[in-house]
Amino acid sequence: MDDPVNMQSIYLAIVLAPLIGSLIAGLFGWKVGRSGAHWAANIGVAIAFLLSLVVFKQIILDGAPSFDGVIYTWLVSGSGLHLDVGFRVDELTAIMLVVVTFVSLMVHVYTIGYMHDDPGYNRFFCYTALFTFAMLILVMANNFLQLFFGWEAVGLISYLLIGFWFKRESANYASLKAFLANRVGDLGFLLGIAVIYKYFGSMDYSTVFKSAHAIVGQTLSVWPGTEWSVITVTCILLFIGAMGKSAQVPLHVWLPESMEGPTPISALIHAATMVTAGIFMVARMSPLFEFSETALSVVLLVGATTAFFMGLLGLVQNDIKRVVAYSTLSQLGYMTVALGVSAYAAGIFHLMTHAFFKALLFLGAGSVIVAMHHEQDMRHMGGLRKYMPITYWTVLLGSLALIGFPGSAGFFSKDAIISAVEASNIPGASIAYVAVLLGVFVTALYTFRMFFLVFHGEGRMDQHTRDHLHESPWVMTLPLIALAIPSLVAGLMWAGPVLFDHPGVFFGHAIVVLPDHDVLREMAHHWQGPLSFMVHGLMDPAFWLAMAGLAVAYVCYMVRTDLPDLAIAKLGVVYTVLVEKYGFDRFNEFFFVGGGTLLGRFLWQKDVALIDGVVVNGTANAVAWISSVVRYVQSGFLYHYAFAMILGLLCLLGWFVVA
Amino acid sequence: MSLPLLSLLVWVPIVGAIGVLSLGEHRAPLVRQIALGVAGVTFVLGLSLFIEFDRTTYAMQFVEDSSWIPTFGIRYSLGVDGISAPLILLTTFFTMLVIVMTGGVIQRRVSQYMAAFLAMEGLMIGAFAATDAILFYIFWEAMLIPMFLIIGVWGGERRIYATIKFFLYTFLGSVFMLIALIYLGHLTGSFNIAKLQATEHLGMTAQTLIFTAFILAFAVKIPMWPVHTWLPEAYGEAPIGGSVMLAAVMGKVGMYGVMRILLPIVPDGCQRLSGWMIVLSLIAVVYIGLIAMVQRDMKRLIAYSSVSHMGIATLGAFAAFALLANGDRNAAVLGMEGALVQTVSHGFVTGALFLCVGVLYNRIRSTLVADYGGVANTMPVFATLMVLFAMANTGLPGTSGFVGEFMVILSVLQASFWYAFWAASTLIVSAAYTLWMIKRVVFGAVDNKAVAALADIDPREFIALGVLALIVLILGLWPAPLVDMMRESISHLVDQIGHSKL
Repeated sequence: MDDPVNMQSIYLAIVLAPLIGSLIAGLFGWKVGRSGAHWAANIGVAIAFLLSLVVFKQIILDGAPSFDGVIYTWLVSGSGLHLDVGFRVDELTAIMLVVVTFVSLMVHVYTIGYMHDDPGYNRFFCYTALFTFAMLILVMANNFLQLFFGWEAVGLISYLLIGFWFKRESANYASLKAFLANRVGDLGFLLGIAVIYKYFGSMDYSTVFKSAHAIVGQTLSVWPGTEWSVITVTCILLFIGAMGKSAQVPLHVWLPESMEGPTPISALIHAATMVTAGIFMVARMSPLFEFSETALSVVLLVGATTAFFMGLLGLVQNDIKRVVAYSTLSQLGYMTVALGVSAYAAGIFHLMTHAFFKALLFLGAGSVIVAMHHEQDMRHMGGLRKYMPITYWTVLLGSLALIGFPGSAGFFSKDAIISAVEASNIPGASIAYVAVLLGVFVTALYTFRMFFLVFHGEGRMDQHTRDHLHESPWVMTLPLIALAIPSLVAGLMWAGPVLFDHPGVFFGHAIVVLPDHDVLREMAHHWQGPLSFMVHGLMDPAFWLAMAGLAVAYVCYMVRTDLPDLAIAKLGVVYTVLVEKYGFDRFNEFFFVGGGTLLGRFLWQKDVALIDGVVVNGTANAVAWISSVVRYVQSGFLYHYAFAMILGLLCLLGWFVVA
Repeated sequence: MSLPLLSLLVWVPIVGAIGVLSLGEHRAPLVRQIALGVAGVTFVLGLSLFIEFDRTTYAMQFVEDSSWIPTFGIRYSLGVDGISAPLILLTTFFTMLVIVMTGGVIQRRVSQYMAAFLAMEGLMIGAFAATDAILFYIFWEAMLIPMFLIIGVWGGERRIYATIKFFLYTFLGSVFMLIALIYLGHLTGSFNIAKLQATEHLGMTAQTLIFTAFILAFAVKIPMWPVHTWLPEAYGEAPIGGSVMLAAVMGKVGMYGVMRILLPIVPDGCQRLSGWMIVLSLIAVVYIGLIAMVQRDMKRLIAYSSVSHMGIATLGAFAAFALLANGDRNAAVLGMEGALVQTVSHGFVTGALFLCVGVLYNRIRSTLVADYGGVANTMPVFATLMVLFAMANTGLPGTSGFVGEFMVILSVLQASFWYAFWAASTLIVSAAYTLWMIKRVVFGAVDNKAVAALADIDPREFIALGVLALIVLILGLWPAPLVDMMRESISHLVDQIGHSKL
């Protein structure tokens, strides 16, 4: 085996290469110019990607032992608490490394074309490379402190990138909203970490996971008179963090708005990587979550709610990016559902395939947006197929993967999740099963609604736009193709090894599943290779629901284009509810923003009035007296007096020292 | 013992102040250079203190001791430990920075301005280094005078009101402290702080009374809710340099007093009233955070934010008693360390934010949020730095603002889930008020002609803010050196407060 020191330097290089690229682009952009900046960032991320492949080969293909080591000591408290920055590289990390760096590299290449004319070009590359760094820190963490570091750092960069076009009021609003919604989640997350410190006395994964079973049965009293299981409280608090980052209901409100950011970052941050951090985190914490069925049920139900209800919202969006954004919410819900039924491997597998096809869809949408001169409203598109063949075909592949068309990557990962929910006994699994099944229909409907509206039918754009329609340059189409390939084949190739061939082996000790929760192992008994899985899939309700969704989309947007308006007229209430996004935004604005400001104003008035009224006016006479003296400040009289006072004091002091 | 390092730290700036004052008002450039030179020398002295500091002991170091007023047993004795050393470094650093950043802007009474800052530096270092209670008290009171003048002479429109309020509050608080100190001196026959700390057999009534006397003095300076109302006025009306020194250093003297005097001298009194102090701290965090959100003036916003952040520090210090009562010494140590880390970090971050406001004020002569908008368009470098400091203010990991908050939250959860919950709510509240301000000031389209005409920061400002940015990042990415410095002293302090005097 390789020398561990050697491996450690590879891990360090993976993390530092994007950081250096970012620093060059950010700090020396004025010197190296635009091409210098994009080369620095691209090379940095490319190095990280290549080295990640090396790690992937060693850990996963060659079965090298996982690595768990300290890089440097962050802080040593007198309390005995050691806080380190360190890496844990196991199967889960290895797969995340490849996904993150691959998508990041594709997005970096694409950005060269997409942001070509933007004055903030260097800044953009600085942020994206820095984001890659932060995300790598997150997935490679071997302790909760560093996890939180990465967690907040990706949130920061997400904030900066959503507000990238800072002249736009809407972008600034969206970035603030994203940061605050994430902070609500982080509050839970931080408290979860603190509970872990209380009961385990350590922040290191290895220590915590090893003794997880020891605290089963222990209770703590959050509310006087109630005793809650420690592990349930911990897991739910941690999951609140995941809900913020992975945009689960009700903390999802920031994600659609994050579309204010440039499209490449929607692909990188708000589809493929950062928003999946919550999924990754729960999978990482499987040694804890496994001991709390209550927490798993909560995870499952939140995920199912998100998967179905957020998908519905995708149906009424007209902005192409928002459709994809709601689709992301819904797919994140699917991943969360997988976690809830202890099918962590399926969740991570869907995370991976989703990273490919969703990044592809976003980048495809970006390609369309550029061609349309930054028009994002699908009602003004149509018939783009003949102008943009590469975009068309790659987006078609991405869409098929999204709806889980048999053979595509999405089919394998999503079908695995649906079957896992069906097989699970966790409380709530039956409701969740209905939700994820119906979700399949909804997914197919909004996906192909978008697809037909954009690429087929009549062109509804103005003449000027139509005259300038053209396919995007190769720096943009190449990443589309590179992402389309895994969107197509990832399932065929990897569903077996990752999920079914040797269940529980692929992820080694990285993921822990208790025997009575192990639905994937049960499913593996029926696994006879990808082809038979596909044939089986054709008889599943999921497949027919997807086809139904596709068919409805075809009828509504290709054949009888008057049907959608008719439906809106007939189902006015439902439509309004969906357009209003179930009222979450209104409620937050009214209750939290309005209420918070009002309360602040009220307290401010009381603050000055009450406290000063009691404390200061109580000595009103003294004030009057002193002010009659202080008046002389302006004349300079008191000034000299005061200095004389200090001098006198100092002389006195000095004299005693000498004497 | 080669050089009396601490005496030099105290007296070099004071002598420098006298020298600068004697130059008069007609040689402003020379005055600025000399003042900077003196502050620079003091900073180097502070650095050498940091380098030579022995991190393996809690004992006082660089000790100096000579008789001063033998009749009353008052001595001129100085010394530092892991609690005071970082604060002394902070003081020397910020004085230098303030002189660099604001020295050129002040045109009126330059030598007096410089003298006031230098004198204040010496006096504050004196307060941190004094190991005699009366000596401490004298420095404590004397530092008010230059600050009083700084606000009164170079302050804003309502400066007179602000100075009176500032003076009244701080003076009233201190008088009681003096009485308590004299009582304690009478009891033990010495004013040596270590001896006062070691007093045995202090009844609960006496401890409670002494506690009340001390907490009034310290809470006003920190400041804690509800004796904070002088602060928005004073911070708001002080010239930028004054706000920086008030926020970054002077408030720290209050926290230092809590750790040096209050906790170890009357541990049982603290124990008895710690519940109240925890509640007051949490009120500061949440209630003041909400008030900060609706401020229209950047300086006042940062002022309120200061109160809110110091709430975390006082929480960490007083929660130690609840933790010790549960027998959880480790968590108490962690919280106490967190309190001091938060104190130091808050100095850097708030100081930096005030300097940022100063940069803007120097250009547009306004600190109102509404007068800005879209500053990032015309001052990109400045905007980057200001956003960084804002993030540090929201406690983002990787910046110094995170470290103390994290330690305190980890610690107080051991005592009660709800302490931690309300303390951690600062994650949301601080992000709300800080980033909302950033949104309105820094981002957006160019709001008005004045903003359109803004010039980005000059090299002098860049160096000052850049160095602060580096410190904030280094302390966030690698706080170990800072914590190493204080570890032994804090452990000792926790042992002291765990030892009942009843």
